[in-house]
Amino acid sequence: MPIIDTLLNDFFWRALIGGLGVALIAGPLGCFVVWRRMAYFGDTLAHSALLGIALSFLISVPLNVGVILTCVVIAVALVVFSRVRALATDTLLGILSHSALAIGLVTLSFMPDVRVDLTGLLFGDLLAMTRDDLLWIYGGAATILVLLVTLWQGLLMSTIHEELARVEGFPVERLRLVLMLMFSLVIAVAMKIVGVLLITALLIIPAASARRLAHTPEHMAGLAIVFGFVAVGGGLALSWHLDTPAGPSVVVTAFLAFLVTYSTTVRTVA
Amino acid sequence: MTDSLVTLDNLTVRFDDRPAVDRVNLSVHRGDIITIIGPNGAGKTTLIKALLGLQPVTEGTVQRAPGLVIGYVPQNLQMEGTLPLSVRRFMALSGRNRTECHQALTRTGIEHLANASVHHLSGGEKQRLLLARALARKPDLLVLDEPAQGVDINGQAALYELIRALRDELRCGVIMISHDLHLVMAATDKVICLNQHICCSGFPADISHDPAFIETFGRSVAESVAVYHHHHNHSHNLHGDVVSGQTPTMDSHGDSCDHAHH
Repeated sequence: MPIIDTLLNDFFWRALIGGLGVALIAGPLGCFVVWRRMAYFGDTLAHSALLGIALSFLISVPLNVGVILTCVVIAVALVVFSRVRALATDTLLGILSHSALAIGLVTLSFMPDVRVDLTGLLFGDLLAMTRDDLLWIYGGAATILVLLVTLWQGLLMSTIHEELARVEGFPVERLRLVLMLMFSLVIAVAMKIVGVLLITALLIIPAASARRLAHTPEHMAGLAIVFGFVAVGGGLALSWHLDTPAGPSVVVTAFLAFLVTYSTTVRTVA
Repeated sequence: MTDSLVTLDNLTVRFDDRPAVDRVNLSVHRGDIITIIGPNGAGKTTLIKALLGLQPVTEGTVQRAPGLVIGYVPQNLQMEGTLPLSVRRFMALSGRNRTECHQALTRTGIEHLANASVHHLSGGEKQRLLLARALARKPDLLVLDEPAQGVDINGQAALYELIRALRDELRCGVIMISHDLHLVMAATDKVICLNQHICCSGFPADISHDPAFIETFGRSVAESVAVYHHHHNHSHNLHGDVVSGQTPTMDSHGDSCDHAHH
C-alpha cells in the first residue's frame, strides 16, 4: 500500500492518524469519566504516568509497558484505599496525584544519563509520533473498543446504580477493574498526544461538549468521538499554521468547541 | 406452605464491633408482605442489604432459594445529570424485551413517561419507575427500601395498594422498609420492629399493643397508629419536648425483648 506508506512517512500525517486513534477511545472513556465523576481520578492516573516513565528507565522496560503497569498499580491502590475510608477521596487523590508526579520528576533527575524531553512528557509531543507509537495507539484502541462494546450494558448499569446492577447480577467489581485498566491504557497511549498534564482534558472536554447535544448514552459517546476528532484536527492545523505547541493546541481547540456548543444550543437536558 | 424464598439465620452485621443488625432470624415466603419498621439507625437498610448480598455478613447466614429472581427498589435513584437517559432506555437496561418493559410501565401507571428523561421525573414518578424496573424482571421476591419516600400522602396509599396488588399478580414475596407507620399497618401482613435485633414482630393489629413496640415508638404512637403519621423517631430525641421521655435508649427495651444488653 504505497499511499499509506507515503502518508506514514510524513510526520504530520502520522500525528493526525495517531491523534484520531486516541480521540476514538478517549470519547467513550471520557463519557465514563464524566458520568462517574472521575475527572480527578483521571488526573491522578495521568500524573502517575510520569512515575511510570521514570520507573521504565530504571528497570529498562518499554515506556508504554511501564506506564500501563504503574497506572494499574495506582488505580488498584486507589480502590483499596478508598474502601478503608480513612481519608476523603479527593484528599487521597490529591496526595497520590501530586506525590506520583513529584516522585517521577525526582527519580528522573537521579538519572543524568537518561535524556528525556520533559516538556514532551508533560505537554505532549504529537509531532514526534513514530510508527511504533501508531501501532500502540491502534492496538490499544482496538482492545478498548472491543471491551467497551462487549461490556457496555454492565458498565452503563453499574454507572447508573451500582447496587441495582449488583442485585441484577452484573459483576460490578470486575467491571470497575476493567474500566481502570482501560483508563490506564488510554493514558499510556494518549500521553504522546497531549502529555500527562493535559490528558484529562482530552477525556472530559469532548464528552462534556457532547452532553449538550446527546439524548442517549451511546449518542453521547459517539458525539464525544466527533468532538475529539475536531479537537485533534483543529489543534494540528493550529500548530501547523501558527507554529503553536501541538498538545496544548489540541486542548485549546477542544475548549473552543465546548464554548461554541454551550453558547449556541438551547439548554435541553435529555 | 411453600419453601422460603430467603431465610436469614442468626444474621449479624457489625461495624467496628457495634452491631448494626443483631442475631436476626427471618424468612420470606411467596405471598408474604413483611414490613420492617424501626427508629433511625436501627439497621433496617443494613438488614435489607445483607439480604440482597450487598453487605458482607459478620455472623449467621443468608440463604436464597436457587434461581431466585429479586426485584430491588432502592431508596432513591440519584443520577448524574450528565448521563442522558430516557425512561425507556433505563427500562431496557433490565435486559427484558420491549413488551415486558411496556407492560411494567403500564402497571405502575407511568407508561406516558416512556420518552421522558429520568432526570425530569418527580420523586413519586421515580419510585414508580424503580418499581416498574423491578417488576419487568418478574421477580420472585420484591425488596423495597422506603418505597414511599418523596411521595405525597395520597400517593403513598396508592403505592402501598399497588404493591399489594402486585404481590397477588406475581405471587411473589415482598419485604420492605417503611417509616409510614399507619400506612404500613393497613397494607402489610406482618410487621417486624427492628432495633438492631427484632424487638417484636407479628400482625399489625397485635403489634401495636406489644410492650416492646410501645417502648420503641412511644405510647402515643402506638395508641394512635391508625391516624398518626409517624415521623422519624430521632426527632423526638432532638426536640424532645413533644413526646419527651417516651423515646427509649438502646438498653431500655420492653420485657418481651430477650436479648443481651449491650
